[in-house]
Amino acid sequence: MPDDDRLLAVEDLRVGFGTVAAVRGVDLDLRPGECLAVVGESGSGKSATARALVGLSGGTVRARRMELAGRDLTALRDREWRAVRGGRIGLVLQDALSALDPLRTVGAEITETLANHRTVERSARRARAVSLLGQVRVPEPEIRARQHPHQLSGGLRQRALIASAIAADPPLLIADEPTTALDVTVAAQILNLLAERKAAGTAILLISHDLAVVARLADRIAVMHAGVLVEEGTPGELLRAPAHPYTRELLAAIPAAHARGTRLSVRAAEGAPAADGGCGYAARCPLATDRCRTEPPARVAVGDGHHARCWRTDAEWPAPPARTARTRDTADTAADTVIEARDLAKAFRGPDGAQRPAVAGVSFTLRAGRTLGIVGESGSGKSTTAHLVMGLLEPDAGTVALLGRPWSHRPEAERRALRPRLQLVQQDPLASFDPRYTVERIIGEGLGHPGRRAARANRDAIAALLRRVGLDDALLDRRPQELSGGQRQRVAVARALAPEPAVLVCDEPVSALDVSVQAQILDLLTDLQDDLGVALLFISHDLGVVHHMSDDVLVMRDGAVVESGPVQDVFDNPSHPYTRALLTALPSIDAAARPVALDRPADA
Amino acid sequence: MRRAPSVLSALGTALAAAVLLLVAIAALWPGLLATDPPNAVDPAQALLGPGPGHWFGTDQLGRDIYSRVVHGARPSLLLGLGATLVAVGAGAVLAMIAVVGGRVADEIVMRLTDVLLAFPGALLALLVVAVLGPGTGNATLAIGAAFAPGFARLVRGEALVVRESDYVRAATVLGYRRAEVYLRHVLPNALPPLLVLATLSVGTAVLAGSALSFLGLGPQPPSPEWGAMLSAGRDLLGSTWAIAVFPGAALTATVVCVNVVGRDLRNRFEGRRPGAG
Repeated sequence: MPDDDRLLAVEDLRVGFGTVAAVRGVDLDLRPGECLAVVGESGSGKSATARALVGLSGGTVRARRMELAGRDLTALRDREWRAVRGGRIGLVLQDALSALDPLRTVGAEITETLANHRTVERSARRARAVSLLGQVRVPEPEIRARQHPHQLSGGLRQRALIASAIAADPPLLIADEPTTALDVTVAAQILNLLAERKAAGTAILLISHDLAVVARLADRIAVMHAGVLVEEGTPGELLRAPAHPYTRELLAAIPAAHARGTRLSVRAAEGAPAADGGCGYAARCPLATDRCRTEPPARVAVGDGHHARCWRTDAEWPAPPARTARTRDTADTAADTVIEARDLAKAFRGPDGAQRPAVAGVSFTLRAGRTLGIVGESGSGKSTTAHLVMGLLEPDAGTVALLGRPWSHRPEAERRALRPRLQLVQQDPLASFDPRYTVERIIGEGLGHPGRRAARANRDAIAALLRRVGLDDALLDRRPQELSGGQRQRVAVARALAPEPAVLVCDEPVSALDVSVQAQILDLLTDLQDDLGVALLFISHDLGVVHHMSDDVLVMRDGAVVESGPVQDVFDNPSHPYTRALLTALPSIDAAARPVALDRPADA
Repeated sequence: MRRAPSVLSALGTALAAAVLLLVAIAALWPGLLATDPPNAVDPAQALLGPGPGHWFGTDQLGRDIYSRVVHGARPSLLLGLGATLVAVGAGAVLAMIAVVGGRVADEIVMRLTDVLLAFPGALLALLVVAVLGPGTGNATLAIGAAFAPGFARLVRGEALVVRESDYVRAATVLGYRRAEVYLRHVLPNALPPLLVLATLSVGTAVLAGSALSFLGLGPQPPSPEWGAMLSAGRDLLGSTWAIAVFPGAALTATVVCVNVVGRDLRNRFEGRRPGAG
């Protein structure tokens, strides 16, 4: 490959932290005006790669070659790195609130970059900062430049961060999960902004866990797993005809309309872990052979500019197992009502002392064994609604009835008897466990045996619950800190199921998880619902997830329900402009790029 | 950028820990370090300076000062540890009353601690001793009472954070009673962050205990206690300085070492609290 016009050329990049090899030989190249997306789950090494490129890895970095516009980056000293960062490479991080100095105005933040890297006259810097904010579509940039990060919304903060990253006009922009913390409509705007930069000639290295997010912007996608780029190709090629089993898993895991009624996760028999030299994916791969476990896969071309590191690119992919249990008639209204919410309203006192309505006039009915999805952006009142339903908050107006009995406005002593029938799965499982508890005690508490000895005496019942959620009893004596994110959420589900609830309220249960783990948890919830007949109140900001899980859906905005009904009606024929806006903003893998095998599996 | 602790500061901590170990041995098995009885009176040997027979010299009654300093470790440390325990215990109880009891109880307890915090700690301790009378036990209680309001505030603050945690919500949702949730989750998770602070306050309490003894309100003669020994030696500072200086040095060394070790603990554990975030 001739290295004429390459802006960034990286060969055999390796990053290690102590004895752990986070990045194990990555090749990247990027031309001006091009966007390369690196996609992978947490721990895949994608962020370590990005940080190595700006000299902030914190580990040991080795590369046969690492050049930016012909300049060798491998031998830079700290001071030289500082000139490269911001000057030659702009960095946009996920969490703009912590990436921006809370004590400085955003204008000062940008001015500093200008002062460090540019010969913009001191007197002109201020005006330049304002114009940069205007360039990234911050409304009223003069006012915003004088504000501190906490005074800006998440979207505006991210824009301000991008403005400071592009202040010195760097030829390369590295964006590490730039939209992950944002609402879908805001994320779409940020992606548009990056697209504008690309059109203006900036090269963009986009790091994300979400294939759907990058599909829109990237010219090439590289899928990373266990520190290795397992597949590279154009979005069209890679998304239409994924060659590596891991890419297939990621694609299948995206919950969306196409996957309704199907399993999202690949349930491979846990194979033997790969030997040191083998393929890092072999343990999870349904196609793995002995060769995969011992020999590192070679990079093979599977199409035009489309490469994969896999021994089995020509193997037949097992047909996705169609689920048969999920054939409920969505129009079925005969089932018993488990939760009846009428005209719920709740207001909170704002910082200025005025009452701000968080929820206003929310009504719904949840029937046994069915799933009601509540979708909305942050601040739409979904979580407040969940807390009102859970009886953790008292509504200002309106009522909730649980299993036909009055539930809201009752004294807690009266409610306590019914509490086990209504359980909660929260967003962050780790925070939902007492840090001193083992898995055994956590689930024991759910079974009504909170003491250490009582939990020990009921170890068998606890182990049975653990197996019910697909975990091994060996985890009983572990502490939550020692579990993976997916295992933690499974334990949280096991605890919630312990008192045999009629209703499970899931408040953003998968939003902290990787897409492949999310797929497993969603499958688990669906299976449990099919087996136990538990009703789900499923709250999420992710339309794809809600679409996949729900029978009926409420779309919330600013505390009110803007649209509700059976999920197909709402998603196929949205009547409210806000629903339409949400659906338009939703990043999705273009239907044309979707592999045929995943398009409409088994209409049985 | 935070640097790793320097070799020098690591050495300092190790030295402090070694001194504390020595003090602990003196408190637990004083016989190991000093074979002479601390209360053996020998007027013939009174007011000797430091020398081969008596390393630290002797006092007015001819008692061996080295032996008394070693034997004085136990009452001094007991005072410090005991007072801290009393303070943490009473503080935790007050805090839990405030947190569990609802808004009215919270107001009452917190305003009460405000009032108590407004008094200088020593004054409060003097007040308690004035009511209960002098003696080792009462001095311990007095200092504990003086320190309790501060701990009450801190435990309450931690408990309020824990109360809003997801795991307390999970326990509530499972239908556990409030008292059960507070005892099982809130209190045990609110206390650990205070342990470091409690370590630091042991040093302060030892000092406060010695102050009370100095005033004659702590352990009564002839029992050896550093503060009481200081008090007894202060009139002779001009002639036989050893009587006051050695117990004073022991006291200072102990307090400094407790602080050094406590600070090291704080640096180690700060920001790594279980459950926070």
